[in-house]
Amino acid sequence: MPQQVTRLGIAFAVLAIVFVAVRQTLVPDTFGDAGHYRAAAVDSIEAQPLKYAGHEACTMCHRPIADKRSASNHSGVSCEVCHGPAAEHVAAPGNVRPRAPRERGFCPLCHGYNASRPSGFPQIDPVAHNPTVPCMTCHDPHAPEPPVIPGECRACHGQIASTKAVSHHAVLPCLTCHDAPEEHKATPRAVRPGKPSSRDFCGGCHAEGADSPPHIPGVDMATHGEDYLCWQCHYPHHPEAE
Amino acid sequence: MKSDSTAGPNRESPATREAVDRRDFLWEALKASLGVPIALCIVRVPELHGMQEEGDADVERIYGMGIDIRKCIGCGRCAQACKSENDVPDEPYFFNTWVERYVIRTDGEILVDSPNGGIDGFPPIEEEGSTLRTFFVPKLCNHCEEAPCVQVCPVGATFTTDDGAVLVDEEYCIGCGYCVQACPYGARWFDPVKHVARKCTFCYHRLARGKVPACVEVCPTSARLFGEVGHRANPLARFLRFNEIQVLKPHLNTKPKVFYANLDGEVR
Repeated sequence: MPQQVTRLGIAFAVLAIVFVAVRQTLVPDTFGDAGHYRAAAVDSIEAQPLKYAGHEACTMCHRPIADKRSASNHSGVSCEVCHGPAAEHVAAPGNVRPRAPRERGFCPLCHGYNASRPSGFPQIDPVAHNPTVPCMTCHDPHAPEPPVIPGECRACHGQIASTKAVSHHAVLPCLTCHDAPEEHKATPRAVRPGKPSSRDFCGGCHAEGADSPPHIPGVDMATHGEDYLCWQCHYPHHPEAE
Repeated sequence: MKSDSTAGPNRESPATREAVDRRDFLWEALKASLGVPIALCIVRVPELHGMQEEGDADVERIYGMGIDIRKCIGCGRCAQACKSENDVPDEPYFFNTWVERYVIRTDGEILVDSPNGGIDGFPPIEEEGSTLRTFFVPKLCNHCEEAPCVQVCPVGATFTTDDGAVLVDEEYCIGCGYCVQACPYGARWFDPVKHVARKCTFCYHRLARGKVPACVEVCPTSARLFGEVGHRANPLARFLRFNEIQVLKPHLNTKPKVFYANLDGEVR
């Protein structure tokens, strides 16, 4: 064999050995076993300890209170939403006690009035609503009900009430337009309030020639808005007309 | 019955021919009968072995999350629970998941804020009268099927598992931060303590124990739910069937696996 070929062969062999050796050192174990990553990483990620035990774990020991909650308005609210991560408590019930927030600031995280919250979600104004009294004085967090039937619509419909309060309709009580039976306050979903159903209802104030004060805008009901119902263009809780 | 084939006048003596051919034939037959299964074994066994290992995982599943915007009350418990569950630093710059508030004004102006990820609540909207629409949008890693962060990782420390979760190998991450730049959803952040890139894991350690992610566990209005994408019966399949679904930034073709119902067109 010619000498130069031998030398070249040796050089290639050395390079190959170096490559294999370097690759062995640099590429971690289990890299590429399942894809372009270290398969062992999945195991170490899975081994991360739990902090939240999950409501099933709570139910195993606290069955009565779990049953009470799951029959209440808080049925969808998992225990650890309020009581905080409880995996340590599950592991050593005697040594670690989960928190039980009693301060007034906690409940408004969900139930404080916020315009961005979906309409109908029960919200209160924490400043005006029985200030300084802890929420638990009147409401049982495991079966929350209003202790007294709310007197005002805004107790539940804070979003609409706040919108209406800055509108031209601010002075109109809700009941001017809505027919709300007393039962609606106690069983809001079973008995629903009524809404106006015709153009003539709005026309009672806004038709030209209606018996209403002069500063209330009037339109010719025969031609204005064609076949549309009033609230298809105007938002009655915040009418757009200036 | 006699066969005609051995009795033909032009054929070799049947005795001679059979003596040679039978030995050869038997030998070849023996070799073949042993060799073919052995050869098949050599080829097939690793393959069969591999299949059995995969069989432990039972069936293929692809995880996904559903978020109903109309149910979100912006309480921020998801962001808080995620921080606790995953040891995310308390500083208000590091979030695996967070809640954004959108305020769309009557003049078309769009305001988006997320003070401390929504954990401490949201301040009142200024000039509430000029609000046209307002709502909350919980955000997190979309666990994209075509994840840009996986594409750009120079060492293979970010990867997609068989069940579709995009994870970070914290022992192998070199902390270059390319993935933080690459994520179009801003879902990645750089851990100031560990000096590695981090992100939502769909609480992969909880899934391994048969539990749902911490944010889903604590969501008080079931605005978030977790399940599998595909035909098998699970909460997400129902969610995808009965809602009009959108994903964030669909034009980027990242194929997110976080699905939004009732998402406003202004959400980016």
